[in-house]
Formats: sequence, C-alpha cells, structure tokens
Amino acid sequence: MTVSRRKFLNLLTVGSTACLALLTPITSWAAWASDAFNATKVDDAFNNLLGSASTTESDEVKLKVPKIAENGGAVPVSVKTSMKDVESISIFVKDNPQPLTASFTIPAGTVADISTRIRLAQTSTVTAVIKAGGKLYSKSQEVKVTIGGCGG
Amino acid sequence: MNRREFNRLLTAGVVAGILPKTSLSFAGGKPNYNIPQKGNARLLHITDCHAQLNPVYFREPNVNMGLNAALGRTPHVVGNAFLKKNHIDKASIEAHAFTYLNFNSAAREYGKIGGFAHLATLIKSLKESAGDDENSLLLDGGDTWQGSATAYWTRGKDMVQAANLLGVDIMTGHWEFTYKDEEVFSNVDDFNGEFLAQNIKLTEDAQFEGKRSYDEDTGHVFKPYTIKVINGHKVAIIGQAFPYTPVANPKRFIPDWSFGIQAQDLQELVDDIKSNEKPAAIIVLSHNGMDVDLKLASVVTGIDFILGGHTHDGVPVPEIVKNSRGQTVVTNAGSNGKFVGVLDLNLDNGKLKGYEYRLLPVFSNFIKADPEMAALIETIRKPHLDTLNEELAISETLLYRRGNFNGTFDQLICDALRHELNAQISLSPGFRWGTTVLPGQAITFEHVMDQTCITYPETYARDMLGNEIKAILEDVADNLFHPDPFYQQGGDMVRVGGMNYICDPTASTGNRITNLTLDNGKAIEANKYYKVAGWATVGSKAPGKPIWEIVANYVRNQKTVNITQVNSPKLKNVGNNPGIVL
Repeated sequence: MTVSRRKFLNLLTVGSTACLALLTPITSWAAWASDAFNATKVDDAFNNLLGSASTTESDEVKLKVPKIAENGGAVPVSVKTSMKDVESISIFVKDNPQPLTASFTIPAGTVADISTRIRLAQTSTVTAVIKAGGKLYSKSQEVKVTIGGCGG
Repeated sequence: MNRREFNRLLTAGVVAGILPKTSLSFAGGKPNYNIPQKGNARLLHITDCHAQLNPVYFREPNVNMGLNAALGRTPHVVGNAFLKKNHIDKASIEAHAFTYLNFNSAAREYGKIGGFAHLATLIKSLKESAGDDENSLLLDGGDTWQGSATAYWTRGKDMVQAANLLGVDIMTGHWEFTYKDEEVFSNVDDFNGEFLAQNIKLTEDAQFEGKRSYDEDTGHVFKPYTIKVINGHKVAIIGQAFPYTPVANPKRFIPDWSFGIQAQDLQELVDDIKSNEKPAAIIVLSHNGMDVDLKLASVVTGIDFILGGHTHDGVPVPEIVKNSRGQTVVTNAGSNGKFVGVLDLNLDNGKLKGYEYRLLPVFSNFIKADPEMAALIETIRKPHLDTLNEELAISETLLYRRGNFNGTFDQLICDALRHELNAQISLSPGFRWGTTVLPGQAITFEHVMDQTCITYPETYARDMLGNEIKAILEDVADNLFHPDPFYQQGGDMVRVGGMNYICDPTASTGNRITNLTLDNGKAIEANKYYKVAGWATVGSKAPGKPIWEIVANYVRNQKTVNITQVNSPKLKNVGNNPGIVL
C-alpha cells in the first residue's frame, strides 16, 4: 500500500502528541537559557548561550532562508550539516529586539537537520550557529523585509 | 556558406563570446524576416507581451542604470552607448527598435510594433524556415495574461486563447499570478502548452491541507521542467517564474504558494536532468529579470541557455557567463510583443555543438497580419470597442513610462491622483509595462488601461508622515539598486508627484534618498503629516476607486495634455553611467 504525503502527514500529527512527553525536559533547559533569549544585543545572546561570540564561518553549515521574506512574520528557515558530534543548532536575528530566536539541542546519533519559522522585525542578518565537537561554526545571510509592491 | 563553415562560426561564437555578424538581418532600412535556419533545432522566444493583442508604440528607456558589477554591462546601456556596444548603425531601423533615440520621428516613419496577428505570421514563417513544426518550439516567458483592458476583463482568458492560436508550447509566469489561484489553474487548464515553474511550491500548510499541486511529494504547484524532442534531439526546458511575486504583488490572491529564486533546487534539478534524461541542451525559460539571470548563471552550472524576461530589456547580443563547469548564454527579449528571439541550435549526438541567436524586432507595417489571429482579436475586442476607443484628450507630449524614474505617462497619472483626490503628494508604481502615445495622438481609454489595469487597482488618499514617505522611497530604491541582484525585484523606482528628492543610487540601504521637498520647494519634514494619494497597494485592498477611473476623469476634463514638469529625482554619484541620458 502506498501512503500519500497528505495521509502520512496526518498520521504524523497523531504521532506528535506522543512526542510531547519526550520534549518536556527541555523546558528546564529553556529556563537556564533565559539570559540568552532575553538578551537584546547579539553578542550578549551569543555569550550567554554559547559562552563565546566568536565563531568560524563555515560552508558546512547549510543555511536555507529566503533573501527577501514573503512574510516577515513567518520566515521559513532550515539549517543542516553533515558535521560530526553536533551538540546544538541556534538561530540569531541580529536586528531583532531579542536576537536569539531558536536553539535546538541535537542528541547524539540524530541527524542535524532542523527547520522552523522565525519572525523578523526588519531587514537583518540571520546567523545559524552549529556547536560541534565543542567548537562553534556559523553561516550568515541577509534577509530583506520589504513593504513590497511596485514590481514590474 | 556551407555547413562546415557555419559550424565553425558557431563554435567561434560560443568560444569567443561573440556572434556572427548576421546576428541582425536587416538591410537597406527595411527588415528582412526571411531567416534561414542554422543548425537543426530552432527555439522561438517571446516574453512580457503584457496582453498587447494589437500593435502598439513602445519607447525604450533613457535611464536604465547599472551599478557595481552591472555598471555599463548589458542591459544597462542606453541611447548612443547602447548602439556603440551592440554595433548598431544610428540611422538604422534597429536603432529605433532598441533605443529611445529620435523616438517621435522614427515611430512615425516605421510605425507600430508587435501585435499578435503580426507575431503569428512571423512565427509561422520562422517555423517554416526551420523545416516544420517538429524542428522548432515556441516559448513564452510570461506576463502574457495581464496588461490590457480585455485581459483584465476576461481574467486572462483572451490571452490564453491567443497564445493557443499562436502555438505557444511552453510558458512560465509572473503577472499571471495576480489573478486568484483558482483562476490561474483554470487558465493553465485551458492553455494547450505546458506551464512550467521549478520555483513555486505549496506552503507547508497548503501541502498539509492537500491543496492542488503538480507533485504532492515535492510540493511543486506546476510542472518544474519538460523534455521535448526537436528534430530528433532531446532538449530540457526548465520554468523559472518571477521569484518575488508574493512580495512585489499581492500575496492574498495566491496565499498557498511560495516562490523565491531557489538556486540550490535549480542546481539539483539540472544535475538530475543531466544524469537521468541526458538531453543535448538544457534551457531555462526565466522570468527572473536580466541581472538576476546573470548572477544565477554564475552560481548554477550546467545550464546552456537562460531565455529571460521580466526586466523588458531588448538585448540583441546575449551575455555569456562563465562558471565553474562551463558557460551559460543569457538573453532578454524585451516586451510588448516588440521582439522575437530566435535561437538556432546545432545539436549532434546528444551534445550542443553550436548556436546562433538573434533578437528580431517586430515591425508590424512590414508583416502581413495573420487572418485567423486577426479574426480572434476582433472577436475578443468587439464587445468593448466603444469603451476602448473613447478619446479622452489629445496629447501634445510624448507619453511613455519605461525608465528607472518618472516617465511622462507616470507624471500624468501622478497629476491625476493629486488633482482628483486632492492630495499634496502622489505615488505611482514603477511598472515596466505600459504603451506609448505619440504627440498629436488622442489618449484613449484603452491607453489609460494599458498603463493601469491590474487586479488591485484601488486608490487611496491618506495622511502620511514625512519619514514614512522617505521609508517607501528607500524601500523601493533598494529593490532597484541593491548591489546583489538576488535582492532586486526588477521593477523601476516608484513614481512621485508633487515632490522632489535627491537620489544617490550608490549609497547604502536606507541612505539613498535625501532632500525631500514639496513642489513649492518647502522641505518635507520627517514628523509632519502630508496627504498622499496612490494606488496598487499589495498589503490589503485600498478603499478608493480604480486608478483608471481617476486618470480617465482627469484627462477627460482637459482638451489637450501637456506634461511640462516631471518629478524625477536629481541623481548623485552616477556622473559617467552609460545607462543614463538626461
């Protein structure tokens, strides 16, 4: 039997309820990271979350995000890598009031590939940071938020 | 010339990046439309006709600036610089086709351009000289279903009929998506050819809800590519729709679709086609705009040709872009039915051995109208003739739009907005379509529709802070002048009425617009309110009358139209730019 994508996705929603239990421990971690999430300067957010604001630019960090946002309120972003020993993937929006937007812990043995939607208050650099083997690797891209119109 | 010699020339063209001299085949001031086929497969390319079924006048720009890497590069040269770069004689008919020079007198001498009945005859003859239908393909880069009153009133259906009769095999789109999604599907279903777009996917939500798509798994709303066999050779055609449709145009008509350039996806698709389909050539039918296509050709490898549109650039000599695995030839085929691109390929044993490209200007006076197409056009227009032909006033000025800043027709629209809506300042979008009216011609209601008919025509008049006005100008200027083409949207600068400003296109984002003043010379203050009128809002529907009613009313109340002052900005730091003649 072939399952269509739609049916499969519907199945997933049922499954996701069961996953909630697994996710609960993260709330305690989020409380610990509140300094990072509440920071208003990008360097503070980096320091508070990762202990350092210096990262190595790397093409191994595959950041996929639109160059011009179709809707600044929900910009799809995905980050993946084939690097080994990935511990976390974090997303920073430099010019947002609170630059740290999301941080995912990647348990050992799982594929480092996340996607989510982020909110951009205005045009900004978006940076994905991957912590792997204790080191920080990053990739940045400008995402433009425009009032739109006037295209020809 | 024998075949061997021809092949040698073709290869020379490919290697050296120059085309044989026969690129334009016009002689003695008259166009010669007898173009023998070179090689063994012929691709015909039209784009951005903007629903102009009948011949029209269309003036090319005198400002089409390129900055940074695009400074002086095709297509950013105008006037004499254009002629020099493309080796075109100033006194020739091609000079009239490709530039604004001596527009009034040349337009009177050579007449109108385009028109589907004339295009039909020309395309038939170009197909015939390629042997038969099996040896050629007709590609349409889109912006076909929008731009005329009849297209607006029939929701693009008249153009689907015309494209079917013309024999369009493959198309992609942009303004096509300014109808509602179900109307787009209905038109695509009526279209006899294939509608392609590798860069339109359902949003995740829409995919989850099982909205209509071409491929449920990948989320492609339309077929991404097709394989055609021309004269026994496999050719792959990939569709690339306008990447920023939901930004430049209202998203509300197509809420389930997500666009973008999707260069990574395109690279994966090209690689996949190469290894699985093994075509002799890979062609992208693109609505990116020329600068985006040139960058795309440098970052995505394995594409042989990008046949481009959107930016309405008539490019007689294509640009050849080198990349890490070879090269890509990038073209742009103008607008309003003015040009037909003819790409002859020499395909041999699954390989591209050579090519010849020419961009033929379509001078309607020199081409017989195709009777069948003429009859269809008459049927489409007949119920509306009284409305279309209404003469509103006589123009004493050449009225046109195309150019980076205000054209004279834009100024007329801006003046009408200010006058009819009692506003200090008016704003009008920098579209690149809109036909031209010669001095002495009557401005008809049809001309007004040619300049204004969109599916979100409602006007507004509201109070805006000075810094809001500046923010709008900065935003649009960045869409036009951003140093990275992937951040450009391909329209021209928003047009203004009742105000002036200084624009430094070379400045950084947010710092290009300064010295905003009202027409009376008073400075526009950041924290003071001004009454601003405009139209074509993309966010939500504006409350006012459609723009064509505003403009028609205004023009109807005048005997003659004479544009003496144009609110174009003063430009800074672009002194020697060959894309500007003021």
